[in-house]
Amino acid sequence: MAELTYRQAVAAALAQEMARDDRVVLLGEDVVSGGVFKTTAGLHEKFGADRVWNTPISEQAIAGAAMGAAMGGLRPVAEIMFADFYATCWDQVVNEIAKVRYMTGGQVRLPLVLRGANGSGGLGFGSQHGQSVENWAMCVPGLKIVSPAGPAEAFGLLAAAIRDDDPVLVFEHKALYGRREEVPEGEHVLPLGRARTVRAGGDVTLVGLSITVGTCLEAADELAGHGLAADVLDLRTLVPLDAAAVLASVRRTGRLVVVEENPGQLGWGSAIAAIAAEEAFSDLTAPVARVSGGNVPLPVAASLEAEVDVSAARVVAAARAVLNYR
Amino acid sequence: MDGLELYVRMCFLRHFEERVDLLYRRGLIHGPAHLGLGQEAIAVGAASVLRPGDCSLGTYRGHAHALARGAPPDAVLAELLGRAGGICQGKGGSMHITSVEHGYFGSYAIVGAHLPIACGLAWAAKIRRTEAVTVCFFGDGTTNIGAFHEAVNLAAVWRLPVVFVCENNWYMEYTPIADVIPVALPAADRAAAYGLDRVVVDGNDVTAVQRVVGDAVAAARSGEGPSLVEAQTYRLKGHSAADAGAYRPAAEVTLWRERDPLLRVRAALTAAGADEAELDEIDSRTRSDVADLARQVLDRPVPEPSGAWTDVWSDGSWQWRN
Repeated sequence: MAELTYRQAVAAALAQEMARDDRVVLLGEDVVSGGVFKTTAGLHEKFGADRVWNTPISEQAIAGAAMGAAMGGLRPVAEIMFADFYATCWDQVVNEIAKVRYMTGGQVRLPLVLRGANGSGGLGFGSQHGQSVENWAMCVPGLKIVSPAGPAEAFGLLAAAIRDDDPVLVFEHKALYGRREEVPEGEHVLPLGRARTVRAGGDVTLVGLSITVGTCLEAADELAGHGLAADVLDLRTLVPLDAAAVLASVRRTGRLVVVEENPGQLGWGSAIAAIAAEEAFSDLTAPVARVSGGNVPLPVAASLEAEVDVSAARVVAAARAVLNYR
Repeated sequence: MDGLELYVRMCFLRHFEERVDLLYRRGLIHGPAHLGLGQEAIAVGAASVLRPGDCSLGTYRGHAHALARGAPPDAVLAELLGRAGGICQGKGGSMHITSVEHGYFGSYAIVGAHLPIACGLAWAAKIRRTEAVTVCFFGDGTTNIGAFHEAVNLAAVWRLPVVFVCENNWYMEYTPIADVIPVALPAADRAAAYGLDRVVVDGNDVTAVQRVVGDAVAAARSGEGPSLVEAQTYRLKGHSAADAGAYRPAAEVTLWRERDPLLRVRAALTAAGADEAELDEIDSRTRSDVADLARQVLDRPVPEPSGAWTDVWSDGSWQWRN
């Protein structure tokens, strides 16, 4: 076991896969110098100029070049520096990358990864650099969506994404980049579409993703202080979705709180809530509760940010409400 | 490839598209169809300088570009007609004709989207040192969209083995290109911004296209980087099969009909001593070949509905959850 930060885990996973397969190449803004979040640190020095390519600030060119390269026999990993910038290359992502396999009747496959920094986490990045945008991608068939909650997941899920023969979007959380954790030694790959039970409990199910897994754990600690045991589930990936894990937990607890960082007006949590309502209705002893980011663009001042971001206190309140439901 | 073979191929494309137009007007084409009538010299001339292993990409006006690389015409027609055995299994239609087996990496219906993708194919060839060249066809209207700038810039900065061929037919859909560009020529007058040469070719002269695109492809293959070629041409019909093109002045249409690339190649062949009767025979043979093909394809069954559920994930499924 080695203790790595989340950002070191990203770089280490890239190094592991680049060493394993010389078709894996990197492209993106500033990736040669290690990137603004230092997630590609040392890779240019280690693997050379043929494997790590700096691009202009041209997200359409980055995403499109990744797609073309994947059709041309490489397994590119493109950095979209901030996930908010997907808006500048959304055509490439949803109209081209997501659909080309289908539209060509299976003539091509796209083993490519788009990855970058996502989320708020109270860092003051504001409306154009602090959004959680997994839900943007979730309504587009053809994309896989990965969102790691810690260093070991950041490593293992990125490795799996690179080995996948379909396009995968990896949303790294910028507020977790400094988080440290033991990461298994040797080859570390986690399957896509398998949720993780972070803590077992029988009273209420808390479902989180990425940074909200920590929020759920914090809430679970507080609930435990009141003698309430929460089952905390880390989804790890939204597509493929481990719906079976959510449903199995709900069958045990009868109560579900879904915690997402993006605005709730159409967040991924609504899909989880709908699945629970459709497939576990008779197991539910209370309505599903959702805790989400506010339905506003993100403010910057810390006091305003805290007002709209998810928090353990809001998760606790939601959990208590479903536990007290009569 | 000799002049007669170029003529045969252009005749085939002409009759193919005219047949598609006819089938469209009979209501047999499901969805839109954008015809390459009048632009055959670019598709045939450029394809004639490519090798197996080279890549090409086109727009929603892409039937000719796919066929010129060798895509099987019956499979293309089946795709247009929604019959079994369509080249994209019925999931692409006219605007997404693709034949990877023949190096044609797709027809793209979002204007400009495929220029960055062409960069990626060229980038892969550069990294893998395959000497393959990528040729990317697009219309004059594409030069106004951001992806054009991002892609040509990236290709120039990375010195990619890619040739961008602008098919300037002078109309951005229903609007004259002159109304929406601040320069005279949409691609050529912008080449300098990327450190590229200003290259213009008569896109209705198949041998000129062959020469100019051939030079650009050779340069790309020998590591000299990308080119931006503006091939000037004209649509003989409207933007799509549904458009009569009434916004175009009659005198302009007449002028360009006189410059029809089929007439041009015929005149050149005749001047070089070709037998007029043989040229006529090729014309009527390719016309009847296409008509026969259409009849055969129309007799095919429709695709099995279950095919709608495959080709999303690599395992063939569409399941996004367990």
